[in-house]
Amino acid sequence: MAAARPVELPSAVLERAERSEPNAELALRFFYYMSLMREVEERIERKLYRQGKIVGGVYVGRGQEAIPVGVGLTAEPEDVFFPSHRDLALFFIRGIHPRHIFAQYMGRVGGLTRGKDGNMHMGDLSRNIVAIISAMAASVPVAAGAALALKYKGTRNVAYVFFGDGATSRGDWHEGINLAAVQKVPLVLVCNNNQYAYSTPLEKQMACAHVADRAPGYGIPAEIVDGNDVFAIYEAARRAVAHARAGLGPYMIECKTFRMTGHSAHDAADYVPKHLWEEWAKKDPILRLERTLLERQWADSKTLEELRANIRAEVDEAVEWAERSPFPDPSELLDNVYETPPASSEK
Amino acid sequence: MEVTYLEAIRRGIWEEMERDPNVFLLGEDIGVYGGAFKITAGMLEHFGERRVIDTPLSESAIVGAAIGASLMGLRPIAEMQFADFISCAYDQIVNFAAKCRYRWGAAVPIVIRAPSGGGIHGGPFHSQNPEAWFAHVPGLKVVCPATAYDAKGLIKAAIRDNDPVIFFEHKALYRRIKEVIPDGDYTVPIGKARLDRQGTDLSIITYGAMLYVARDAADQLAEEGISVEIVDLRTVFPLDEETVLASVRKTSKAILLHEDTLSGGIGGEIAARIAEKAFEYLDGPIVRIAAPDTPIPFSPPLEEAFLPNAAKVVEKARWLARY
Repeated sequence: MAAARPVELPSAVLERAERSEPNAELALRFFYYMSLMREVEERIERKLYRQGKIVGGVYVGRGQEAIPVGVGLTAEPEDVFFPSHRDLALFFIRGIHPRHIFAQYMGRVGGLTRGKDGNMHMGDLSRNIVAIISAMAASVPVAAGAALALKYKGTRNVAYVFFGDGATSRGDWHEGINLAAVQKVPLVLVCNNNQYAYSTPLEKQMACAHVADRAPGYGIPAEIVDGNDVFAIYEAARRAVAHARAGLGPYMIECKTFRMTGHSAHDAADYVPKHLWEEWAKKDPILRLERTLLERQWADSKTLEELRANIRAEVDEAVEWAERSPFPDPSELLDNVYETPPASSEK
Repeated sequence: MEVTYLEAIRRGIWEEMERDPNVFLLGEDIGVYGGAFKITAGMLEHFGERRVIDTPLSESAIVGAAIGASLMGLRPIAEMQFADFISCAYDQIVNFAAKCRYRWGAAVPIVIRAPSGGGIHGGPFHSQNPEAWFAHVPGLKVVCPATAYDAKGLIKAAIRDNDPVIFFEHKALYRRIKEVIPDGDYTVPIGKARLDRQGTDLSIITYGAMLYVARDAADQLAEEGISVEIVDLRTVFPLDEETVLASVRKTSKAILLHEDTLSGGIGGEIAARIAEKAFEYLDGPIVRIAAPDTPIPFSPPLEEAFLPNAAKVVEKARWLARY
């Protein structure tokens, strides 16, 4: 049975979490995963979608790559991710190859759901990634339950749940956080505040200034972080996960960013004022990271170009692999509704 | 040993918690208070607060958390204080729990217990029979035991099942039904109906508290020389079509009886299957007896008029027997 975990004082926990220094190796890992996510999503949204090779919708996280990468790299493999549809890099961090992402978007058997679901609606429990619930707020109570189970089993692992600003308007977002807070479960709450829920801007979504303002109502700590600064996100996530691992309960991070696309590939996002695109393009998280890498002499431009070329080659191969992956056979239609098919089901 | 329907469920849960340390309970007022109907009485004291969790008043969070815990390998039993409140958790059940295995191969072994049914003057918010809301959702299993024996065997089977099971317990049966049931471990298979009584003239296909209405009616009809066969579905989804069809092929006449309201109820689905697969055996129209399409009223004369009863069944059965 589970042994009780030692409870540490918050200040001691946070102090230790803050002791990390950014370094070249970590920064290059940031660069790899953010660039890979950008490349895979550009390929899907701007090439394959336009060629008619993608089935259904496309949801990318352009301009928001620092969030899954900065948060995701604070996790241990046994920690559980509940990604939103803007968090593709979490799949790469868990070792899932881009070829399965392309196959997923093309409705092929090589996708994580074998064509049973599409686009970012995928998960892999063997790698501790839970598939998104399309109406994102619903993931929060589920993540609270996963965190409860991690505590129940006596592990030191945590659950990370990712959601957008729009999700925070729904009742089950609040219900999930409230339960998690009351039960003090190890849950890291990550808000991608990209300022638009589909076409609805933040000021029509909520009357408070920040999503983080909602946390004190549940008795949990929260902090606001620059959502385009991967180093700041990483540090905030380290504080959050240290808090959760120490048995102190949930912790919220609000990452302020901007959605540099429409809600999905079909959405031209004409409702976004032009100056916002220009303003936020200058804050691109990958360009910022590149500048830091060069300024600190953690990498030269030749190294970065080589990394990018490797990524492009990896992605070229992945697209070819996915295009060779077959569509599911209609005979799979009735599979896996139940563990054992009911007697009266007709094949 | 003679136990009530309520005690049978309680023992089933207790035994499974003793057997499997991954089984735990969550719900409103289930710990210190022992549950609104005392199903979980004594469990907090015996199993501790790690395994018997009093939650906030928050059905969506209760079911959502149960699903999340099940994905991590636990076997949660979530209690809805009244089945009526399950609508607050509807999204979690139908949009997530039911689809996980199909979408991405993840098992969701949860049990949602829901005290349902009328006849206790609970009024429109504490008397509903919501089983049909879920019997349309592939991926869910919907169980409605009528007897104490089945209640214990089915709750144990539900806890061991690797798919989400909604377990409707009829409140009017909790303390009214007493039976001698075996001590110790046994299960009743989900998805299997039970032939409650053999007969030759017509079949009554029913479940839950209406089993007792069917038995009363069958007793009265027997005195008139009408021999009634009763099928207790026990599981309403997925349906045990074979047992239903076998009975109808034998008697050639079918009455579908449920306490839930008529339109969109389980009876309609069974009627369609009989019409499709046993049409040539029928010697009369398929008859549905159900509550009328109204909310469940509160005042005793109104509720009595709402609920199907033996007199209503006898009247329809006589007509069908003569047909």
